[in-house]
Amino acid sequence: MSAGQPPINSPEIQRLTPVLGPGHTYASVTDKISAIVLTRKTSIGWYIGFLLAFSVFGVMNIAIGYLFMKGVGIWGINIPIGWGFAIVNFVWWIGIGHAGTLISAILFLLNQKWRTSINRFAEAMTLFAVACAGIFPLIHTGRPWYAFWMFPYPSVMGIWPQFRSPLIWDVFAVSTYGTVSLLFWFVGLIPDLATLRDRATTKPKQIIYGMLALGWRGSARHWHRYQSAYLLLAGLATPLVLSVHTVVSFDFSVAIVPGWHTTIFPPYFVAGAIYSGFAMVLTIAIPLRKAYGLEDFITMRHLENMAKVMLATGLIVAYGYFFEFFMSLYSGNKFDVFLVNQRLHGPYSHFYYALILCNILIPQLLWFQKMRTNVAVLFAMSIIVNIGMWLERFVIIVISLTRDFMPSAWGRYSPTVWDYATLIGTMGMFVMLIFLFVRVLPAISIAEMRELVTETAEEHK
Amino acid sequence: MIAHRSHIYGVIGEFEKPEQLIHAAEKIREAGYRYYECYTPFPVEGMPEAMGLRRNSVPLITLIGGIVGGLTGFGFQYWANVYSYPLNIAGRPLNSWPAFIPVTFELTILFASLSAVFGMLALNGLPQPHHPIFNAPRFTHASSDRFFVCIQARDKKFDLADTARFLQGLAAQHVSEVHDD
Repeated sequence: MSAGQPPINSPEIQRLTPVLGPGHTYASVTDKISAIVLTRKTSIGWYIGFLLAFSVFGVMNIAIGYLFMKGVGIWGINIPIGWGFAIVNFVWWIGIGHAGTLISAILFLLNQKWRTSINRFAEAMTLFAVACAGIFPLIHTGRPWYAFWMFPYPSVMGIWPQFRSPLIWDVFAVSTYGTVSLLFWFVGLIPDLATLRDRATTKPKQIIYGMLALGWRGSARHWHRYQSAYLLLAGLATPLVLSVHTVVSFDFSVAIVPGWHTTIFPPYFVAGAIYSGFAMVLTIAIPLRKAYGLEDFITMRHLENMAKVMLATGLIVAYGYFFEFFMSLYSGNKFDVFLVNQRLHGPYSHFYYALILCNILIPQLLWFQKMRTNVAVLFAMSIIVNIGMWLERFVIIVISLTRDFMPSAWGRYSPTVWDYATLIGTMGMFVMLIFLFVRVLPAISIAEMRELVTETAEEHK
Repeated sequence: MIAHRSHIYGVIGEFEKPEQLIHAAEKIREAGYRYYECYTPFPVEGMPEAMGLRRNSVPLITLIGGIVGGLTGFGFQYWANVYSYPLNIAGRPLNSWPAFIPVTFELTILFASLSAVFGMLALNGLPQPHHPIFNAPRFTHASSDRFFVCIQARDKKFDLADTARFLQGLAAQHVSEVHDD
C-alpha cells in the first residue's frame, strides 16, 4: 500500500470495493455470465472435479444400496443410540440449507444490494443441501418403503399421522421448505432462462432453455406481477426459513432427554443453521469466483460481509452454548448437571472441545479485517466452521443419548464404515450437483446484475 | 389498410437506456394509444407508473392462498384427531390446538407461495411458447441490453405509417413492423 492511500476502513475504500466491479454494462454482465454456460469451453478442471464428485456419489449409492439390502444394522446405531450419523447428518445438511433462502429472502427484504451476485448459487446450494438432508430421515426409518406413511393420505388402515409429534412437524417443515426454495429459485431463473434461450447457439439448447423459460418475453406488465410475486415469496420465505430449524430443534427439545429439553434450542439452532450455511456459501463462492474469473461480481465486499454474518451468528451460537451450560447448572437438576459434566469429562469430551475450538475460538479471528479480506483464511475458516457445526450435532445427539437417566440405559456409540460412506457420499452428491449447476444454469442472476448496473451507474453520477 | 393490418402485430421501436423507454411510454400513453407493451431485460423502476398500470392481483391471490392453506392445515388436523381417529391419551383434550400450529403454519406458507407463483404465471399467460413479438428482428436483445416498445395493430389509433413515424419521433431506433405469424 502506497503512502497516499487512505486507511483501510475509510469510506473511500468502502466505495472502491463495490458490489460490482467498475465499467460493466448491461451487455457485458449478460455476456460474461451467460458465456460460462453457453460458449466457454468446459475446462478440464470441471471434468476432473465432476468425475471425482460423481465417484463419491457412487459411494453413497453403494452405501445406501447395501443398507436397503441389510437394514440399519450395518450402521453403528444401537439401543440406546437410535439416532446416530443419520440424524447428525440430517440436521447438519438442513442447517447448511438455510443460507440460500436467508440471502435470497431476508437480505432482499432488507434491500442489501450485495446479495445480488451470490443469491442464485446460494439458493441452488440450499436446494442441494435439502436434497442431501432429505435422504437421511428416509433411510434411517429402517423400512424406507413405508416412508410415505408420514404423509396424511386416506389409507385403508383408516389412521392418520400423529400430528402432535415433532417428527411429523418436521416432515411438513422440510417438505414445505424444499418446495418454496425450489419455487423461489425457479422464479428467479425465469428471466435468465429467457436470456439463455435468446443467446443459445444450438437448436437443442434453444429448445430446452426455451421450454424452461416458459415463453418469458420481458413484458413490463409481466415484470410488474413478477416483482409482486417475488417480493411476496421473499416475505413468505423469511418466516419459513426461521421456522424450519425451529421445528428441527423441536425434534430434540420436545423430548425430555437431558441436554435436549431446553427452550434455548430454537433460536440457537436457527443461528447455527445460518452460521453453517454462510460458511458453505463461502466454501463454494471462493473456488467459483476463482475458476470462472468472477472477481468483478463476487467482490471482496461480498466475502467480507459473509464473514461478518458468520462472526455475528457464531457469537449467537456461543451465547447459546454458554446459556445451555449455565441453565443446566443453575437449574440444579441433577441429570442436567451430570450431562454438563459428561460433555466436559465424559468419553466424548474431545468432540466437545473440538466443537468449541471450531465454532467459537477460531472464528474470533474474523474480528480482524486483515483476516476477513484474506481469501485463503476465509476458505479455511468456512471449512472449520462446517466441521464445528457437524460436531455440534454429534455432541447434542450422541452425548445425550449415551448418558440417559439411568446408568443401566447408558451406552456407547461408534460409527461404522457405512456411516462414514453415507456421510461422505452425500458430500459427493452435493458437490456433483453444484458442478452440474454452474455448467448448465447461470450461477449469478443476470437480470438482477443488470439492475445493479443501473444502480451503480446512478451512484457514480 | 384493413387487409394489411391482419398480417401485422404491431410496430416496434428500440431504446438504449431505460429512461428513454420510460419517457417514450409516457408519450405513447399521452398520444392516446391503449394497446402497447414495453419489453425490458430487467424490471425498470418507474415503468408501471409510466404505463399507468394499476395494482396487480398477485397479492390478493397470495392472501387467499395463505388463508385457504391455514384453514386446510388446521381443519384437517382437527378433523383427523377429533372426528376421524380420536385417540384418548390420559384424558387429554382431543383438540390439542397448540400442537397443530406448526403444520398449520407450514401449510399457510406453502399454499400462499404456490398461489403467488402460479397466480403470477397464470395472470401473465405463461407458459406461452410462442408470441408474435418474437418475430421482431432484434428482439433477442430484449433479454440482454435493449429496451423495446411495441404499439399493437389492434389499437384504434394504430396506423402503420403514422405510428412508425410517431415512434421515430420519440427517438426510437430500428423502428420496424412485427408480423403476426
